[in-house]
Amino acid sequence: MKFLNEYRDPHLVEQYTQEIRRVVTRPWKIMEVCGGQTHSLVKNGLLQLLPPEVTMVHGPGCPVCVTPLHLIDKAVWLASRPGVILCSFGDMIRVPGSRRSLLEAKALGADVRILYSPLEAVKIAQENPDKEVVFFAVGFETTAPANAMSVLHAQKLGVKNYSILTSHVLVPPAIEAVMSDPETAIDGFLAAGHVCAIMGISEYYPIAEKYQVPIVITGFEPVDLLQGILMTVRQLENGEHRVENQYSRVVLPDGNPAARNIIGQAFDITDREWRGIGSIPGSGWELRTEFSDFDANKKFNVPLEKAPESSVCIAGQVLKGIKKPFECPEFGKKCTPSNPLGAPMVSSEGACAAYYHFSSLVA
Amino acid sequence: MRRILPLFITRRLKISCPLPQLDFDVITLGHGSGGLLTNKLLESGVFDLLKNPLLDTHHDGAVFEMPGRLAFSTDSYVVSPIFFPGGNIGELAVNGTVNDLAMCGAAARYLSLAFILEEGLTMREFWDVLVSIKFAAEHAGVQIVTGDTKVVERGKGDKIFINTTGIGQVHPQANIAMGNIRPGDKIICSGYIATHGIVIMSVREGLEFGTTLLSDTTNLNHTVLHLLDAFGHDITLLRDATRGGVATVLNEIARDTRWGVEIHQKTLKVYEEVDGACEMLGLDPLYVANEGVFLAVVRPDAAEAILQKLRTLEHGADAEIIGEVVDAHPKQVVLHSRVGGRRVVNMLAGEQLPRIC
Repeated sequence: MKFLNEYRDPHLVEQYTQEIRRVVTRPWKIMEVCGGQTHSLVKNGLLQLLPPEVTMVHGPGCPVCVTPLHLIDKAVWLASRPGVILCSFGDMIRVPGSRRSLLEAKALGADVRILYSPLEAVKIAQENPDKEVVFFAVGFETTAPANAMSVLHAQKLGVKNYSILTSHVLVPPAIEAVMSDPETAIDGFLAAGHVCAIMGISEYYPIAEKYQVPIVITGFEPVDLLQGILMTVRQLENGEHRVENQYSRVVLPDGNPAARNIIGQAFDITDREWRGIGSIPGSGWELRTEFSDFDANKKFNVPLEKAPESSVCIAGQVLKGIKKPFECPEFGKKCTPSNPLGAPMVSSEGACAAYYHFSSLVA
Repeated sequence: MRRILPLFITRRLKISCPLPQLDFDVITLGHGSGGLLTNKLLESGVFDLLKNPLLDTHHDGAVFEMPGRLAFSTDSYVVSPIFFPGGNIGELAVNGTVNDLAMCGAAARYLSLAFILEEGLTMREFWDVLVSIKFAAEHAGVQIVTGDTKVVERGKGDKIFINTTGIGQVHPQANIAMGNIRPGDKIICSGYIATHGIVIMSVREGLEFGTTLLSDTTNLNHTVLHLLDAFGHDITLLRDATRGGVATVLNEIARDTRWGVEIHQKTLKVYEEVDGACEMLGLDPLYVANEGVFLAVVRPDAAEAILQKLRTLEHGADAEIIGEVVDAHPKQVVLHSRVGGRRVVNMLAGEQLPRIC
């Protein structure tokens, strides 16, 4: 595939790993913020190619992992109501709530549908005027334009039986949350390329300056990731802390103004709870008040108590790079991908799940 | 580059097996009652279509003699939609059980065929499925000798569910058992992977995307039996990589033999369109279903000869040696990635689900 194969070239991969080995002189901890990057590092086996000095820390950029438990409970509750069609991206439906997952709710009769686009949900709402269609609008800045568009579209079409259950989260406040923890040990960041494709790169300059930390906006293919890592290591070795753009074939400095405009029309900044981390101020989006009719949080009165998270899970420390997943006493014992106790074990993009799949690999 | 046989069959059947003139065009509950309507349905052309001496007795079961070691296998087919590019549920039901027997080293001889039909299925659809069953059975050289038809209320099925059970004679040279596998054995994959699963996804409601791909559904028995003729003693395992894909078969090998398995990503063949769809949908082709691909575990010294032979056979032209059994990392499948990294390939926890980003 054009524009992909070039970035999966084994010779380039070899060259970049050699260059990283040549440049590095000291141990560095680099966090790849995005779950998609974690997934690619794992899928391509890149972690073993890195020199021992470079430790990758899997960050909080996994929307499946950081969606709060009570929101999943809410989605399950809504889906289980007669007359509701709950639509979701695929990997949310297996995430366990405090009692059950959307997949189990579906097995018990709930109408849960896996979609690739929220616009499809608007179509379902048009086709089912006697049903309430709720789209579980999870994700970072990347999924926000389409989710916002679905609401604007529904409003324009006069579709009244469509709403979204939002849990949008934002990358820059998460990086700040990681860096502002006094225990944190991250030396540099690979920022999420596709997030910046929407948002641009200007948000990262103040963070790099404030925390004296290099931030390299990085793509998702093996060559992207290794180049991003090399750029970060070079800065660290030189004592620099700049924002650099590895993913310049996709990310323009100003991002995608049209997409941001749509987001701005539909969403306002809000405080958001992150599973495993807690509440981060200004770290999410919610629908603006004029779209309350499309806000499932306001449209439906969900009588649910907030369920407590597992008390043994050390997700917060893992997501901030303070502890490694295997330093958790329940890692791989009570807590496994098929029975996750906490957020990072939930999805293949989560830090603990990634380590779980690797930990037993004999080097 | 892609299988054209199923389409060819489908086209041919429409010429040679027109829908009989009937006084009903929709399946109703009565067609499963066992009474007059059931008889009418079967006599309408079903029996004629699948005609053979054992079926023609119209008895409760088929009575026959078979010498030698026998293999016996059953499978149910619930694919949705029932018609998909390159095939339909009917030929899938024949090929699937024929292939399961082939993976036991057996030549399928007789099949049972049981339908659960949903009220409201059109006779046209049912007929098209039946005709492709006929041609798939002919192509595989297997006879349908007994069957059953039930009808359930609308909403309690999904148009058609099919169960086929098959019996076959095991090839005298076949020596297929997990216990025979030893470290050093090579693993051969018979062709391009992940095509069927992606074809089905491309026509699922709500997911439709344009593609020129066709399902790889086919009968593998002739290919496998030719291989056994020449190399029976050197083949330690045969497995078709259906649900759960190649990764699941490899994990079963690792788990059941307690040896390790290593595979090389660069040797896995995936059509570019399939690869693109997997990228788009966030799926790993290793876990996507196939209906015409099998894995063979073979002795290392015969591996190259087996590969060359397989490439001359009907469904082996694109075969490759994709990996080997090792005594390192017991019970684990390790993939050497195209870019030189390594990772563990695990068993899937459940259905493979598309990722958000």
